[in-house]
Amino acid sequence: MQRSFIARNPSVLIFLSLLALFTLVVTVLSEGAGAGFISTSFIKTLGKTLCLCLIAVAMDLIWGYAGILSLGHFAFFGLGGYMIGMWLMYERTRLIVVDSLNQTEIPPTEAEVIEAIGTQIFGVVGSSDFPMIWAFADSLILQLALVVLVPGMLALIFGWLAFRSRVTGVYLSILTQAMTLALALYLFQNDSGLRGNNGLSGLQNLPGVTASQDIVSLWFLWASAFALGAGYFLAAWVVSGKFGSVICGIRDNEARVRFLGYSVEAYKLALFTLTACLAAIAGALYYPQAGIINPAEIAPIASIYLAVWVAIGGRGRLYGAVIGAAFVSLLSTWFTGGQAPDLPMGVYTVKWVDWWLVLLGVSFVLVTLFAPKGIGGLFDLIPTKKGSEE
Amino acid sequence: MSMLLEVSGVSVSFDGFKAINNLSFNIGEAELRAIIGPNGAGKTTFMDIVTGKTRPDEGRVIWGEKSVSLLKMSEAQIAQAGVGRKFQKPTVFEDQTVQENLLVSLKNPRSWLSVLTYRPTAEDLGRVDALAEEIGLSDQLTRLAGELSHGQKQWLEIGMLLAQEPRLLLVDEPAAGMTVTERQHTTDILVEAAKTRAVVVVEHDMEFVRRLNCKVTVLHEGSVLAEGSLDHVTANKDVIDVYLGR
Ligand SMILES: Nc1ncnc2c1ncn2[C@@H]1O[C@H](COP(=O)(O)OP(=O)(O)OP(=O)(O)O)[C@@H](O)[C@H]1O
Ligand SMILES: [Mg+2]
Repeated sequence: MQRSFIARNPSVLIFLSLLALFTLVVTVLSEGAGAGFISTSFIKTLGKTLCLCLIAVAMDLIWGYAGILSLGHFAFFGLGGYMIGMWLMYERTRLIVVDSLNQTEIPPTEAEVIEAIGTQIFGVVGSSDFPMIWAFADSLILQLALVVLVPGMLALIFGWLAFRSRVTGVYLSILTQAMTLALALYLFQNDSGLRGNNGLSGLQNLPGVTASQDIVSLWFLWASAFALGAGYFLAAWVVSGKFGSVICGIRDNEARVRFLGYSVEAYKLALFTLTACLAAIAGALYYPQAGIINPAEIAPIASIYLAVWVAIGGRGRLYGAVIGAAFVSLLSTWFTGGQAPDLPMGVYTVKWVDWWLVLLGVSFVLVTLFAPKGIGGLFDLIPTKKGSEE
Repeated sequence: MSMLLEVSGVSVSFDGFKAINNLSFNIGEAELRAIIGPNGAGKTTFMDIVTGKTRPDEGRVIWGEKSVSLLKMSEAQIAQAGVGRKFQKPTVFEDQTVQENLLVSLKNPRSWLSVLTYRPTAEDLGRVDALAEEIGLSDQLTRLAGELSHGQKQWLEIGMLLAQEPRLLLVDEPAAGMTVTERQHTTDILVEAAKTRAVVVVEHDMEFVRRLNCKVTVLHEGSVLAEGSLDHVTANKDVIDVYLGR
């Protein structure tokens, strides 16, 4: 009766194939593989872009499908980054400390090692004691669990409070902005336990791994591609059946869904939490490639950019979000990285580093006004065999 | 006859304006009832109260043989208990096909976990086909609901309610904006539905109400003005004054 999920959603298979092909080609051309056509720093950029595509998929689920314009998902992304960053920083510092203490005559005690690690990590904020929240930083497994647990819990509590009070529309968007702002401001404080505005650094170095960055960058590229593929598959599966019907119904007519007997709040909460976890996983893969995370990453504007990517890429079609995130963030790197040639206009020379944001803003307005389906809408123009979509 | 829904002494006011004033209303199993009344009489507000959208200031709303109060339940719980509701303006999921609209409405577990893993069974698809037949949309199953005509949307919404298998169906102005033949069809659907469940129809159009051929309740300024057969209430002097005589 029902064909398999993949057979009914050919776009998923196409997407996964393209992603695999992309990863393969990039790998072959990389410095790590000896070819050197693509520099290691650009490999990292591509890997990070895949992570941004993953959070864009999450954003499309919550906004494009369920109609909830969350402007706070970068808070979850950042938290995911912090959680993995804690282990990376702790473990690497520990190895260095143990190494240097072992040079001394008397072998160090456990307490001395901990003390030395604390001084190394928290010296910048004038402390040497480990805050409570670092309790599990010595365990990779636990810290990996926290990558989803901490943002997941935050989303659960925030969502429960907001949805239960039936906060919707622009009020909800404002509330999510407030959440991410509050979190950023908290993390900026030196006594937040996460090194204030210094953030966590040196995250590109995997403790105990001697392989060069050329190789490590490839590992992260693969991990990011795998996460994006898995996240995309999950998202496509979630929206493919009745759950998708219900959340699109919530977007288009919340009252109808409610009077059909569905608990709208429970659905919103489940989806909000799920997308927060996806965002967190994306963040946990992103920051080891970026090398550093600090509270500025969680600034409210980051989450707004996310909405802009998804809008430009086209909402409610998953691949649109991926295209939007990849296209706009790579373009943004190009423009703000100073690679884009300046545009002399007689009396005034347009420097893209300054003007890129204006260009982005204008594009956003134009897309919203004239192409509400975004770049992804172009795919609708491809004629399909009638009935093949069903 | 035991009552399915008993509304007694219900009042609700919006900013001091009494939209519903000490209203009492009963309906039994498998009964068809029409509610008429001038604009602003409180017909929609009455449905809001029964379905949990609006909380009354006072009064009781008692449901079923176990006599549970609907006032403590959420909209979704009331719907699950067996109250279906059609809105005044058609509300269907325009971005989804007729089939999807009906599938999502079928009486099946409503929790998000069970919905996540749900895949339509042959039986469910058969149910959908039967419903589409009933509302005259059999050849529209794969069309987007947004592409349907106004009348077809109204039927689809009624079909979605029937899919829910409610014990009480509240229908707000189903014939508004319909052509004469469409109205005829709507009457047939409702009369048929009322054979197995209670149906309350709010309607302005007297011809439509006459064809329903059922007991009529006249609302005025938030309370019941008259109740009985259509001929009985239209002969009532108060009714003529406030409603028919205008
Ligand atoms: N949420 C609300 N806030 C304020 N006033 C309201 C609200 N809902 C209804 N009213 C008022 O209550 C009165 C009854 O409204 P209701 O919609 O129930 O009338 P109705 O009988 O359905 O009328 P119609 O035939 O026009 O649909 C109206 O005067 C309306 O303005
Ligand atoms: Mg009304």
